[in-house]
Amino acid sequence: MKAWQKPGFWLPLVIVLVWGGVVLLIHQDTMRETAFIILMAVGLASSLNILLGYTGYVSFGHIVFFGLGGYTGFYLLSAQGWPLFAAAIGGGLLSALIAGLVGLAVLRLRGAYFALATIGINEAARAFVSNFGPYGGATGMFVNFSAYQKYGGPGPALWTTFIFLWITTLVVLLVSYLVKHSRFGLGLLAIREDEDAAMVMGVKAPQAKTITYVISAFFPGVIGTLYFFKNGNIEPGDAFQLHMSIEMLVMVMLGGMGTVMGPLVGAVGYQWLRGYLLTSPIFKDLHLAVAGAMLLVIILFVPTGVVGWVRNHVQRLQKVLE
Amino acid sequence: MLDQLISSLTDGLLLGFVYGVAAMGLTLIWGVMSVINLAHGPVIALGMFGTYLLFTHLGVNPYLAMVPVAGGGLIVGLVIYVIAVHRVINAPHLSSLLATFAVNMIIIGVGTAVFSTSPQNIDYSLGSVEVGFLTFPASRLVGAFGAILVTACLYLFLYFTRPGKAIRAVANNRMASELMGIPSSRVLALSFGLGTMMAAVAGGLIATFFPFTILSGGPYELKSFVICVLGGLGHPLGALVGGLLLGGLEGLIPTFMPVSWVPVVEFGLFVLVLLVRPSGLFGAK
Amino acid sequence: MKRFGIGFAVVLSLSLILASLTAPSGAPAAEKTVTIGFTASQTGKLNVEATRQINGLHLWVEQVNGAGGIKLPDGTVIKFADKFYDDESKKERVQELYTKLINTDKADFLISPYSSGLTDASAVIAQQYNRIMITAGAASDSTYKKGYTLVYQSYTPASRYLTGAVDILVKLTPKSKKIAIIHENDKFATDVVKDLRKYAEEKGFTVVLFEGYDSATADFAPFINKIPADVDAIMGGGHFADTTTLARQLYEKKINTRMIALLVAPPEPKFAELGDACISVVGSSQWEPLAHFTKESAQKEGIAWFGPTGEEFIKAYKAKFKEDPSYHSAGGYVAGMILQDAIQKAGSTDTAKVKAALDAMDSMTFYGRLKFATGPKDHGLQVGHEMVYIQWNKDQQGKPVKQVVWPAAGATASPFVCPAR
Repeated sequence: MKAWQKPGFWLPLVIVLVWGGVVLLIHQDTMRETAFIILMAVGLASSLNILLGYTGYVSFGHIVFFGLGGYTGFYLLSAQGWPLFAAAIGGGLLSALIAGLVGLAVLRLRGAYFALATIGINEAARAFVSNFGPYGGATGMFVNFSAYQKYGGPGPALWTTFIFLWITTLVVLLVSYLVKHSRFGLGLLAIREDEDAAMVMGVKAPQAKTITYVISAFFPGVIGTLYFFKNGNIEPGDAFQLHMSIEMLVMVMLGGMGTVMGPLVGAVGYQWLRGYLLTSPIFKDLHLAVAGAMLLVIILFVPTGVVGWVRNHVQRLQKVLE
Repeated sequence: MLDQLISSLTDGLLLGFVYGVAAMGLTLIWGVMSVINLAHGPVIALGMFGTYLLFTHLGVNPYLAMVPVAGGGLIVGLVIYVIAVHRVINAPHLSSLLATFAVNMIIIGVGTAVFSTSPQNIDYSLGSVEVGFLTFPASRLVGAFGAILVTACLYLFLYFTRPGKAIRAVANNRMASELMGIPSSRVLALSFGLGTMMAAVAGGLIATFFPFTILSGGPYELKSFVICVLGGLGHPLGALVGGLLLGGLEGLIPTFMPVSWVPVVEFGLFVLVLLVRPSGLFGAK
Repeated sequence: MKRFGIGFAVVLSLSLILASLTAPSGAPAAEKTVTIGFTASQTGKLNVEATRQINGLHLWVEQVNGAGGIKLPDGTVIKFADKFYDDESKKERVQELYTKLINTDKADFLISPYSSGLTDASAVIAQQYNRIMITAGAASDSTYKKGYTLVYQSYTPASRYLTGAVDILVKLTPKSKKIAIIHENDKFATDVVKDLRKYAEEKGFTVVLFEGYDSATADFAPFINKIPADVDAIMGGGHFADTTTLARQLYEKKINTRMIALLVAPPEPKFAELGDACISVVGSSQWEPLAHFTKESAQKEGIAWFGPTGEEFIKAYKAKFKEDPSYHSAGGYVAGMILQDAIQKAGSTDTAKVKAALDAMDSMTFYGRLKFATGPKDHGLQVGHEMVYIQWNKDQQGKPVKQVVWPAAGATASPFVCPAR
């Protein structure tokens, strides 16, 4: 059966495709804003899943690639005048490069040490950018409003950014599926189960892990550029938020790590819950507590997440929910 | 220049004692059960608030308030262990990391709802101490003494009491201890509680120096990671030395470069130590 | 036939009932509610200043509605409703919430959050969706250099915020040479000290220390330790929470200098809670209760007067909130007043017409003069308003009391050098 005939392949893609299409058709600002936040979450969660879900390496500070890529893309946009698409790719490429360099060293660590190291990298990056002149230092950078004229004004610019994000999310989901169902992906899953045994069986673990790290870092860089362009400014405090990194983790775990559908389900579910909690007067302050409680329940009782649980309990859906 | 150096060093070292106490809690838990307690920061913040509430609403001297705060920290730790950690103690590290992080989020979420994130202050001043050309608030000195006192008590407990020895036995080899009749679950819970107790006491001491919010624990949690890795995960003495080291660094670095570079150096060092000598100064367990 | 009759009666009755339900309630003029949207830092580290600002704004809404609203030339009566959310002093919340205010709550006009950092984030949203925003509590000049056309500033810009402190220093201690600047690393303070440094150097001072601290800093010892022992003045700070902590720690470390001039915190009545640590600290203020801009002074200068007098504002504010107003309170009130003046002059709530009225505005109020720059490089920057400087001293009972010390024209006391600590 060819890949595109399997529902596990086209289901997540079709969902995102149709959803984006509907938003574009109805052409309403509020709907686009909500969709932007959710698609961003899906993209980030799926990127993290490529590393976490397939190799088992927990990157607590993954947001650093969102921040560094976002900063670079933003710099290319505002200081160098690059068009949005090129700047976003540029941001992604820088994140991938940093991941490659850092990964070679840091991926030698296992388990909790690796997790701590990623936190350290995120904090060091934030502190560094705060001091880095060309990136605006502590007060960050901004886009002069006239930059939006290149896209036909702020309105069309926001829609263009949305379309780019939509396409990026589709690509991430595609890549996630392709990695999982390739020989390369098989090697990653072996690393996740038992790294030493995998190496004995011939999996070149160090290279495989680094390549995965690079792939998982590229997309947050692109997404970061798009997000900060939409906001019109970027500051160190916004770009390296540890708590955003943790939310990515929660979304992957909630949906089911190691699946393609999982991050999609987890991101949508989590963002819906968050949006509801933040605007409800009773729960406004408690949204973090509720998210925490949810994460705890998942870790203790349903570690495979929603998608994992459904796959284990409903045989028939196994082919559909990859 | 020398004046400035000594002044900065003194400030840094005094703070370093308290950092050390906080880190000791983290390293104890790691040493005994190989769990990195990501709820460490919020517990520090709870210690801050505990002292603040006792002082503001009941008029208790902040230093005497350390005793009930320590007790509270112990109980909080026991609760966290029973609810979140016990089930995943033998699972892969990811599970306990995420479980303790979930507790972190819960405490911060509830804390924000109850206290909001507006800064609070303990208005209890002991005045300033002048030693030669050095001037610093007396509360720092008292804090450093308190830290040393707590460390001494911990060592007495671990080496001279039955539960303390049981903890060291479980840290050494859990299966063997169980075979020798030590109820390992209860010992693990006690160790976790001790760890959070140290964190809460550290928080209480810090609250007498600086203003704080429920989010203030975060930076100290990060510092605790750095200190534990420097000193060697699992070695309480290593944590104290690491704390002094970090405090000293934080005092010295600003003398030579803008203060905003301190976090770059701190975390750069952190990643470097993890890569080059993850077992730290004293060797990890 | 009979059925037709009954049917007709039913239809007639229904139409009459329907007509009575939908007919206007008898008021001859149509009433329109204009929604004003904003976020406020009710929690988080900016909550002290932000609470004052929204208090001022709420007082304005209450007063303008209580006076019967604004009557437009076509007979419509405009009443105001405000819609706001807590932004928790966080930037990402600001952008989410302003988008919500515009799209979901249909806000017609916007007021900024408190602080330059948050305002900068919200201004972009206002401009993107073509809504006029009056900013209060936001002094940073950089916001107005970004090409916005609908954002108007009520505060004196940061570039003119602390320059008067240098003038006071020159008058008090003509021989002084060295200034240390410790500032918050955010848009507002960075803009202030950039121009402060330029001004000080022009006047012949050397800036011996120039460092920024992270907004969340609680430990200022590393910075204080870097201050040379013979420095003549220490200037800087940022917002209320950090500046107060800095002032306290300067006192704890017994730093001796001739002048300490800090941002935002000193003019706030709450600063007195520092006790001895607040004595002799100088601060600059957008407005002080002791300032006297009056209808008469306006007439003398030939500028139109608008709004209540200083005494009326203070009285109404005290009555409603049981506390003394600070300049943050005045700022919030004035933001509303600016909108009111513009709508009244424009005779409409249409964005383009109100914008034209704002561009042309040159009014005197109890808060001072209000006029906006209209060039493309700095559109919306406040060019009519100036700062006054206060200093804390002890009164006869030994309690801290605030006095206006600069400019000399409006001063209630003379400035003095910091006593030895």
